[in-house]
Amino acid sequence: MTRAADEAGPSRAIARSPAQETRRRATRRIPRTRGIRRQTLIGWAFVVPALVMYGLFVLQPLALTVQYSLYRWDGVGPASFVGLSNYVTVLSEPRLLETLFNAFRLVLFFSLIPVGLGLVTASVIQRVAGGRLGTMSRTVLFLPQVIPLVAAGIIWGRLLSLPGLVNQGLAAIGLDDVTRAWLGDFDTALSAVGIIGIWVLLGFCTVLLLTGMAKIDAALYESARIDGAGWFAEFRAITVPSLRYEIGVCLTVTVIAALAAFDIVYVSTGGGPGGATAVPGIQIYILAFLERQVGLASALAVVLVVLVLLVILPIQRLTRERAL
Amino acid sequence: MRVARSELYAGRALLVALMAIVILPFISIFTTALHPSGTAPAGLSWPADPQWGNFIEAFNVANMRALLASSVFIVLAVVPVSLLISTMAGFGIGLLRIPGARWLLLLFIFGLTLPFEGIITPLYFLAREMGILNTRVAIVLPLIGLFMPFAVFWMRAHFVNMPNEVSEAARVDGASTWDLFWRIHVPLARAPIASLGILMSIWAWNQFLLALVLVEDPTERTMAGALGAFQGHYATDIPLLCAGTTLILLPTLILFILFQRQIISALLQGSVKG
Repeated sequence: MTRAADEAGPSRAIARSPAQETRRRATRRIPRTRGIRRQTLIGWAFVVPALVMYGLFVLQPLALTVQYSLYRWDGVGPASFVGLSNYVTVLSEPRLLETLFNAFRLVLFFSLIPVGLGLVTASVIQRVAGGRLGTMSRTVLFLPQVIPLVAAGIIWGRLLSLPGLVNQGLAAIGLDDVTRAWLGDFDTALSAVGIIGIWVLLGFCTVLLLTGMAKIDAALYESARIDGAGWFAEFRAITVPSLRYEIGVCLTVTVIAALAAFDIVYVSTGGGPGGATAVPGIQIYILAFLERQVGLASALAVVLVVLVLLVILPIQRLTRERAL
Repeated sequence: MRVARSELYAGRALLVALMAIVILPFISIFTTALHPSGTAPAGLSWPADPQWGNFIEAFNVANMRALLASSVFIVLAVVPVSLLISTMAGFGIGLLRIPGARWLLLLFIFGLTLPFEGIITPLYFLAREMGILNTRVAIVLPLIGLFMPFAVFWMRAHFVNMPNEVSEAARVDGASTWDLFWRIHVPLARAPIASLGILMSIWAWNQFLLALVLVEDPTERTMAGALGAFQGHYATDIPLLCAGTTLILLPTLILFILFQRQIISALLQGSVKG
């Protein structure tokens, strides 16, 4: 945002009275007049409805979450102030701490694999599927992104079940030994949930990265090829660096999806078996609405909000440097 | 671009395989839905005697007509209001550049990263206090609020790039701020408003957590919320569950096939700006 542009708005808005035109940070020669105050009020009136809805239904609950987190409360009776002890519990009780670790394990599946595989897929589409196949694969791969996550969870709950398609396929290629109820097995449940995440997010990453690739100057590739660079050398030296911004966007969206995962987990495993797939979102729901530990649920919620911010901000910095 | 023949085939094989991985799950659900109610059929198998009646039964037991009506109601209650107030706010922040615009923008941007789980608990108690728990209003009002960070950010990104000449000319003609907004700038912003409308409709339709926590009756929920409830009730009757899931997915799939270009580009722009 440039300063010049910044000054233009309000002064133009009152262009009818030239005397008032020069107000603004840069030149404050003329004192504020009634007309300007009126313009300011009108301007704010445009923002107020959105601000009110945001304040009432987002900022207010957020403040309440912080407040609740300092109390022990069952949601019905009187609440007692307990200071930071809910936070101590969140960060020390293995059952709760494990949900945070699980959230980071999901980042591998929801974020790193879709972005990595998306880069490969996008570059494949770019190189070998110019025409109809390219358009079709874009559309098809994107499909899981528009259906409700709940539906993805139900569909994959079926696929990964004992008689499901996954085991059917494994048996067909002679891998009967590894077939199992993937979502019900303590060792594989979290990875199985992760697979659902890959399925949902791969197409989104692919298509987003593909639009970025279309903007890369073809001359770069030409000169690389004259230098005798192979596919991988090109990929590493040109494609990935040119897509820094798009990669950053993909990472941002998918990391939030991983850390704040709820729908898929709730529907496919409910956090089980034995807490193997419990993520913060699920645990907050269980604590607040099933176990009636509102304070503890809120402390975990605050930790989750802070965690997301801490992870997202560095990614944002990385991408903004070039973007702005 | 010159590409070796072997790479061409390998690449296309990879794409076909990926597409199969996306599509096979849908086919699996569909064929499962055709098996006799109460059985546990294999992943991909065409039944000897397809039970098309399962879809009718699912339509009735899921009360699909009420579900559709409820979801449509929620979308219609959320999206137009959200579009109007976020466009106004984007106009105020991006074009009028009111004093404090920078801070307002930061305040809205902060909300972009906020996970819904972070505020769901107090929302429940707020809704209870307001007496709107278990009504659609309990989904509608918070959803409008939750859409504001993205929607305002989106519209501001449009208005901040509008050349000033447009507004100047209107001012010279003596237009009021509201005229400037409604007669000049809203018509010019039709494209970003349409994309935003598509995005918010999909998100409202697919919203699950709010529906799960704030409304018990599936027929007062969003489509995703209703699907969750349906799964809860019919988890043991696999073919029926699959029939219901197929039906609930159908409107989304049809809309996606019809408007794929617009939906994909809206979702992509949305994430890039966000």
